[in-house]
Formats: sequence, structure tokens, C-alpha cells
Amino acid sequence: MSEGGLLAELLVPFSYGYMLKAMWVSALVGGVCAFLSAYLMLKGWSLMGDALAHSIVPGVAGAYILGAPFAVGAFFAGLLAAAAMQFVKLKSRLREDAVIGLVFTTLFALGLLMASIWPTSVSVQSIVLGNILAISDEDVVQVAIIAGVSFLVMAFIWKDLMVTFFDENHARGVGIDTRRLKIVFFTLLSACTVAALQTVGACLVIAMVVTPGATAYLLTDRFGRLILISIGLGVGTSFVGAYISYFLDGATGGVIVTLQTVLFLAAFYLAPKHGVLAARRRQQVAAEASA
Amino acid sequence: MTAHPAAIAAAPLPSAPGASISVRDVTVTYANGFTAVNNASFDLDPGSICALVGVNGSGKSTIFKAIMGFVKPVAGEVRLCGLPVEAAIRRNIVAYVPQSEDVDWNFPVLVETVVMMGRYGHMNFLRMPSRVDRDKVDEALARVGMSEYRHRQIGELSGGQKKRVFLARALAQEGRIILLDEPFTGVDVKTEMAIIELLRELKAAGHLMLVSTHNLGSVPEFCDHVVLINRTVLAAGPTAETFTQANLERAFGGVLRNFRLGGASLHDDDDTRHLTVLSDDERPLVFYGDKQSRQQGGEGKP
Repeated sequence: MSEGGLLAELLVPFSYGYMLKAMWVSALVGGVCAFLSAYLMLKGWSLMGDALAHSIVPGVAGAYILGAPFAVGAFFAGLLAAAAMQFVKLKSRLREDAVIGLVFTTLFALGLLMASIWPTSVSVQSIVLGNILAISDEDVVQVAIIAGVSFLVMAFIWKDLMVTFFDENHARGVGIDTRRLKIVFFTLLSACTVAALQTVGACLVIAMVVTPGATAYLLTDRFGRLILISIGLGVGTSFVGAYISYFLDGATGGVIVTLQTVLFLAAFYLAPKHGVLAARRRQQVAAEASA
Repeated sequence: MTAHPAAIAAAPLPSAPGASISVRDVTVTYANGFTAVNNASFDLDPGSICALVGVNGSGKSTIFKAIMGFVKPVAGEVRLCGLPVEAAIRRNIVAYVPQSEDVDWNFPVLVETVVMMGRYGHMNFLRMPSRVDRDKVDEALARVGMSEYRHRQIGELSGGQKKRVFLARALAQEGRIILLDEPFTGVDVKTEMAIIELLRELKAAGHLMLVSTHNLGSVPEFCDHVVLINRTVLAAGPTAETFTQANLERAFGGVLRNFRLGGASLHDDDDTRHLTVLSDDERPLVFYGDKQSRQQGGEGKP
């Protein structure tokens, strides 16, 4: 193949409408999920994203069966999940993690069952693994609205959220309504989880709301920068992942999350201050100094 | 304060007139029906450092929460500078210095970012710092001698430096009332002296400080008032009158170590006076005879 031929080959995805759509929708979702991931991993709440993503599957399946917007179904399933968790927690002596595990697997199973008993335009596989390449225009509109609104809200509240997550007592002391802020955060998280379901599927949503933030955490000690790095990683990996998936003919979600993991591993070893190699270097220096 | 010359060089503290706390017949009952504080009352005036002393579970943190408006008393009322709590919070009257164990030291924030958080109540809803906000942060950092550490991540600091960052945040907030939760845990004696020195300066400027502590030995040294609690206020008033052996034994029951040394174990003569050492394994509190010794119980741990 000539060089010009190779370049033409590389540009092929951009000539298909569905590929362009897949790339920019993925980038949008990846970016906003990454924004939220900067906060989620700070509090040990990372697995909440996973629980959420699985819990809303019956809502999404039900919405497709009834022909309703998927976001509406997801919303009700999310409420159901939260209420069920609260109920089991109050009425039993089980620990929180056990309750979350119980409720989200139950709802996930219910969703799979619904989608396989009443076949719809959307297969079980595309809910679990995502199917951004075949996303419908109505779904694109929903995803774009969710992501756009979430970005806007986060841009306004990011500092208040930072104080709330860092020192809630102080936040309340300077007049921040921390309870309302946390409700807003978890509402956005749920909405973005629903949006991410479309791109990477229920099983991999957790990576979208954890990995970029975790990677950025290793690269900087400034929270503002952490958010920017995180968003950059989310947008970049999602866009490139969708693009590469055209050539690999593989699941887009798998490619995006693999890319995110590769970058995380790079940061894990090579990060200038918090990386494994940097720590080893410091140890050596300390050992030489004391020797 | 030889340790932190920068603190002396800083500009004088802004005065804080009229700082007062009034806790009137306050009863706090939590949602699970547990009454943590029952019918508690005390009053504190401007320019005062008051120790809030009691065993674990005596309601110290509940009193703090009531003053910050996190819990609503089922009976009674808290007023700060004459205002209801909510109004006082809106005016940035109360600053809070948390216990070191309550802080996530791995949180990706720099020292200056934490101090800037003290200014949030003074900013608009986007929290964009103005020239004034930046100046206040610079001043606060200089005052506690932490200017050169402003770009450090908070986890990289020593125990005493960490404490000073949060004191700087309280200064930047310009709260007239400052609540300090166990300020001396995990802090060396030199830093403890530096913190006490700073609190004295704030006191001179009219601030009112309420310090929750179980570090009995240092209480008479820097607190002019004491509130002793155990689910209610047992005693409150000037340290000399309130911080007595009898009251402390009432507040702590059998929890404290109590050494009574007298007669033959102290001297060879006929002197019948005795020495009492009260300690919860931090700095001991020493009573000589039946009077509290002015000499504090030394820097050493028992």
C-alpha cells in the first residue's frame, strides 16, 4: 500500500456519519464522566458508579420495551435502587457493601431477564456492552443534553464540591449547603452513568467514572489541574477509542477502557512524584545518603 | 516564639469586637432518640480562650455541632454575637479548626488552596478570589509562618505545620469565634507553644476561642475560662475557680489516673502537704496540696 493509500485508509472513519457521531458522542460522555471521576475516587465511593450502572439496566430495558426515552426508565430504576438499598439497610443489620451488592445484582439480573424475555430493538448485549456505533438519533439527543447540562452545572459548583468533599464541616461553616450539593452531584453521576451506558455498556461504566480521575490523581497535587487532566484523558481516550474500534471491529467500550488503563499504568509507573519509579528513586537517594 | 519569627513580623491582627457565645438551656437529641446534651448553659465573652473539657462521649462534639448549626437543639438556644446560629454562619462569624484525624491528608490540594477555602464565605457563588482574598491568604500564611510552604501538598507537612495551615484558614476566614477541636493531638511541645502564642494574640485582638481538649495539663496555662461537661454543663467559669480537683473528678469520674503523693513518699520531714497528679495519659495536671500549682506539670509525658 502506498503512503497516500495508508493515510486515506486512516481517514476512512471520518467519512462515515455513524463513525463521526460515535466519536464525538463518546468524547462528550467520556469527558463529563471523567469530570465526575475526579471527585468520586476521593471519598472511597468509586464502586457506587458500578452499582448505579447495573441497577438502572432494568429501567433502560423497560423503556425500550415500552418505547419510552431510556433516560426516563433509568431515572426510575435508579430511584428504585436507592429506595431498595435504604429499605434493606434500615430493616436489616447488613453492612452497606452487602446491601449495595445485593440490590444492584438483583436489579441487573431483572434487567437481563426482561430484555431476553421481551426482545426489543435493543439486545441484551448492547445494554451490557454498549453499542455506540448503532446509537439512534433520539438517543444522541438525550446523551448530548445530559452531558451538556452536567458539564455546565459542574463548571459552576466544582469549587464548592471540592470544599465539601475535603472538609464538610468547614464547607457548612462558610455557608455552603452541602446536602443539596451532594444530591446534585449524585444526580449528575446517575445521569452520566446512564449516558455512558450507551457508549461502553453497563459493565464498563465504572471505568469511565474512576480511571481518568485515578490517573490524574497520580499526576498532580492541584485539584484544578487534576480536573483538567482528568477531562483531557476522558475526552482523548473516548474519541480515539471509538476511532480505533472501527479498525479493530471490536466493542468500542472495550477499546476505550483499555486505552484508559494503558494511560493509568503509564502514570502508575512513570508519574514524576507519585509513580512507582519515582518512589524507588527516592528510596535509592535516601539509602545512598544514609550509607 | 523563637520558632516562627515570620509570625511576629506579620501585620497586627484585625480586632474582633463583640465576639460572644451564649448557650441557653440547650438540649440536643439525635434522630435515634439519644440525648447527647441535656439542658446545657454557659456564656462566653469577647477576648477569651475557653477550654471545653470532658471525657469521650460527654457531648463535646455535640456542643460544637450545635454552635455550628449542624444539629438543632430540641430545646434551648445558641446565640453567637447576639445572632441566631444561621445568621452568624452567613456572616462568617464562626471558623472551625478540625482534628487532624478528621482530615484526608492525601487530598490533592496545596496549602494555599486550603487557606483560600477560608475566604469562600466572602466570595460570590463562583468563588473567584479577588485581590483582597489573595491578600488575606498571604497575611494568614505569614502570620502562622507557613508562607514558604504554600505550594506544598498538605500531606507533606509535619504535624505542627498541618495544624498551622488550618489555623491560617481560620484567620483568613476572619471568624470572630474560632472553634478548635483537639488542637494539640499529634503536635510536639514547641508547636504547642507556638499555637498557644498565636491564640493569645487572637485573644488580645478580641477573638473568642473555644478549645475542645482532653489535654488537662495545658488548660490552666492558656485558657482563661473552662467549661466542664458530661452530657450537661457541670461547671463553667474562670479557670481559677472552675478548674479544680473536685470539679475535674466530677467530670471524669474514675477515668483519670489519679496519683496522690504525700508525706513520706515526697519528703523526709513532717510536712503533711501532699501532691495530686491528675492525668489521662497526656500532660499531667498537678495539684500541690489542695491548691493548683502554678508550675505546670512539666513538658514530659508521665
